Amino acid sequence: MTLFAALRVVTTGNLVHAALWLIATLFGIAVTFAILNASFLAVVQVVVYIGAISILFIFAVMLTRKEMRDRGPQMNRNWWFGALLAAITFVGLVLLLYGWNGVSKTASVYPSDFDAVGALGNALISPDAYVLPFEVASVLLVAALIGAVYVAFNPRSGDSSK
Amino acid sequence: MVPLSWYLIFAAALFSIGLFGVLARRNAVAILLGVELMLNSVNVNLAAFWRYGDVTNIAGQVFAIIVFAVAAAEVSVGLALVISIYRQRNTVIADDIDMLKF
Repeated sequence: MTLFAALRVVTTGNLVHAALWLIATLFGIAVTFAILNASFLAVVQVVVYIGAISILFIFAVMLTRKEMRDRGPQMNRNWWFGALLAAITFVGLVLLLYGWNGVSKTASVYPSDFDAVGALGNALISPDAYVLPFEVASVLLVAALIGAVYVAFNPRSGDSSK
Repeated sequence: MVPLSWYLIFAAALFSIGLFGVLARRNAVAILLGVELMLNSVNVNLAAFWRYGDVTNIAGQVFAIIVFAVAAAEVSVGLALVISIYRQRNTVIADDIDMLKF
């Protein structure tokens, strides 16, 4: 079902529909995280992706909409080459996976007394674990957001919004 | 409990669909949607390897969180660029964006 939604993301003509199918796909992935006992990742997926990034996409679609209103081909000339390359990638990945002997491994029983969210929080702030990548990621995010505001800022605001 | 290969094949299919979206769509926003699919498939892989490996080693989830942050940064900058280009050139078709300076 998630894969069908993902397929609709890349094939549907209407971009708003594509963004809504992306939300369905992301929700399916959040369910996958929940099945994998990664509860924090599932929550972050719903909040960050479905709550923030999808809304950003819908805003962008609506701000840039006039030109692409269900008109003209959505695919470029080389779409068959893209499809071929994607199929080759998929087959290659599957062959690679089945060449690896750990592929049919089943999960160990999840330890009931293990607090994954607490361990994740401790790992993100402890100096001998991942505090440095965490800080670097936050600085990157701040820099990217300031850059995004700067790039998208319209100096002639108001009169040129059409 | 399903074997690890199911998750890996699911992620591989998702990655391939995203790759197809990146390569085939004409609209720049749709290309960014494909990039999002690819990043998410990587996150599925990270979570699956965390769960099927040593659960007490939390590195897989930490890495997935950092991928989240990088994806948010990427999509905000990408959409800002698309909106800026749309203001200047009145197009979001990737084929038509062929000038560095105008």
